[in-house]
Amino acid sequence: MTHRDDFLRFKGTSGYIASPALVDAVNCAIALERPLLLKGEPGTGKTVLARHVADGLGMPMLSWHIKSTTKAADGLYVYDTVQRLNDSRFGSGDVADIRKYIKLGPLGQAFAASERQVLLIDEVDKADLEFPNDLLLELDEMRFRIDETNEEIAASHRPVVLITSNNEKELPDAFLRRCIFYFIDFPEPPLMKRIIDVHHPNLDVTLLDQVLLKFYWLREQNELRKKPSTSELIDWISALLRAGVSMEKLESHIPFVGALLKKEQDVDALSEYDRRGGSYPKSWEDLGPRYQQ
Amino acid sequence: MFLDLFYGLREEGVPLGIQEWQSFLAALEKGLHGSSLLRFYHLGRACLIKSETYFDAYDKVFARVFRGAEGAFGDDVTDEVMKWLEDPKNFPNLSPEELAELERLSSDELMQRFLETLAEQNERHDGGNRWVGTGGKSPFGHGGQHPTGIRVGGKSKSRSAMKVAEERHFKDYRTDATLDLRQTRVALRRLRQLTRTGLATELDLDETIDETCRNAGEIDLVFRPPRRNDVRLLLLMDVGGTMDPYYQPVSQLLTALHEERGLRDFQPYYFHNCIYDHVYSTARMYRNDAVPTADVLRRLDRRWKVLFVGDAAMHPAELMQPYGNIDPRRGIPTPGIDWLHRIANHFERTVWLNPEKQAYWGAETTRVIRKLFPMYHLSTDGIGEAVRALVAARS
Repeated sequence: MTHRDDFLRFKGTSGYIASPALVDAVNCAIALERPLLLKGEPGTGKTVLARHVADGLGMPMLSWHIKSTTKAADGLYVYDTVQRLNDSRFGSGDVADIRKYIKLGPLGQAFAASERQVLLIDEVDKADLEFPNDLLLELDEMRFRIDETNEEIAASHRPVVLITSNNEKELPDAFLRRCIFYFIDFPEPPLMKRIIDVHHPNLDVTLLDQVLLKFYWLREQNELRKKPSTSELIDWISALLRAGVSMEKLESHIPFVGALLKKEQDVDALSEYDRRGGSYPKSWEDLGPRYQQ
Repeated sequence: MFLDLFYGLREEGVPLGIQEWQSFLAALEKGLHGSSLLRFYHLGRACLIKSETYFDAYDKVFARVFRGAEGAFGDDVTDEVMKWLEDPKNFPNLSPEELAELERLSSDELMQRFLETLAEQNERHDGGNRWVGTGGKSPFGHGGQHPTGIRVGGKSKSRSAMKVAEERHFKDYRTDATLDLRQTRVALRRLRQLTRTGLATELDLDETIDETCRNAGEIDLVFRPPRRNDVRLLLLMDVGGTMDPYYQPVSQLLTALHEERGLRDFQPYYFHNCIYDHVYSTARMYRNDAVPTADVLRRLDRRWKVLFVGDAAMHPAELMQPYGNIDPRRGIPTPGIDWLHRIANHFERTVWLNPEKQAYWGAETTRVIRKLFPMYHLSTDGIGEAVRALVAARS
């Protein structure tokens, strides 16, 4: 078996901490020219990853944010009938040239581009159930036909396609078969420390430890309606730093809890816990065997 | 050796086809795994597994194939334990003294000891009164005579068995799709109410030309909302216990519903025996998956169609009495029947599919529930009738 090395490799960037497994999955998708499907809890950095893959590979990035009303055809091109009718009425523009009224969507632009692109299809599960299936052929063959002009758009450089999903809907099997799949797990404390270091460099070590202890303790509380995620942790640290909260205060309770908990019931539950004199963890041992380093 | 992985995964029920396998081989050919087993592991997972729900199966098979070792035991009830308990054996009758002794154990102690015993368990065990097994005097295992025993898997002998532990460990039914879904699918196709509602985003070209002509060439654009199915379906499904014998038809229905892509929206929730203050977003019904029933009612408006699936047979107390919930940790004062009334009043259309034949709908609770919701048999015909009742014009 000869090992070829003729494809671009993603190695991570200084702004994004990716686990080796994730780097491998990205490289696998690039090498096999398959879309990479990224799933994971909100706030685990799915969308940000695309940005950094593009930076790491030195490719321009196109993003296509999916909404509930998005149709697959919109990603390829839109024929602006209304503009054309208007132009014919007012005599402005060259109505005879139908090509002027064809506007390429993100997918169309990625195919038509002269250099290789990173295409992010963000939150694919937001759209209609049939949406991913409607894109199968185009993603497989990387070409499509514009009916109005009978023109074919074929990708000269197959774009690196990254697709994110929050798991709101099941994705069709036929679509899944074509993807490389990666599930972004919630970061463990050591990785989280490195992530925080990117956003808040030179944070005091004891403070960081205390902050993480509280954060993971909160996440362990199964009663929470919405567990705090990475982005909320980073916001919370910003709030703590700006207000200059003392270590003693941080040890005895959780200040600025509104930055971490976004559901009223969760905040109520925690203040109830405070009122009853509930205790907070003193060390990682209190969180159970999973967190023993 | 590689093929062992392929077939092993398929045996574990992972949906895996030639296409995934080929991309895995292509990735190996490109040397993406480097020389490390860990990277090989990650590469295989990225190419072969398309949902985090199968990661566990992958770990298990990978460990078996590449280390010759079985995957490590979790602290949960595992399939192995279920297997040990598969066939119940008759066991000696307990003396009244022993019954009295066991009666003292409260539910919480039972749960605690159950977990402890599982941790100690390392071989199949029948009889005796210490280990988890079948036919013993131990409060754990099934087919047992313990007055407050916890049942682990197996078919229930008495239909109203209180305090069942197994329902928390059920797998989502639909992960095991069955064959011959066609008839069910066809019946569900009728879940259609095509309407033009919502934002007018589609250009009505015919109308536009008509209006423009009428306007003497002055362009008058006419938009209309796109035509689409307006049916939103809320599925409320009974899982575990007495529903176990109906695994096959229920899983067929569930698979068909999940594949039914024409619905405007579809939300499944699960419950055990009766609905109380919480329903669950997965059939495993872990505490994390609990959703307040009141939240569901607040979120979904009256236009949602509600489809119950359940045998409606339970202990009358579970339906009619305060604190009737079979799960002792989730006791609440509002009886189940009140929740069913709230659901019946909230939604315009609600039907109940019962997997039991109509001849057996005699249970007290079934009769009460039938008064609230039109009930149909879970058969192709019954589904057809239920669907018609859901979408028919209002009488």
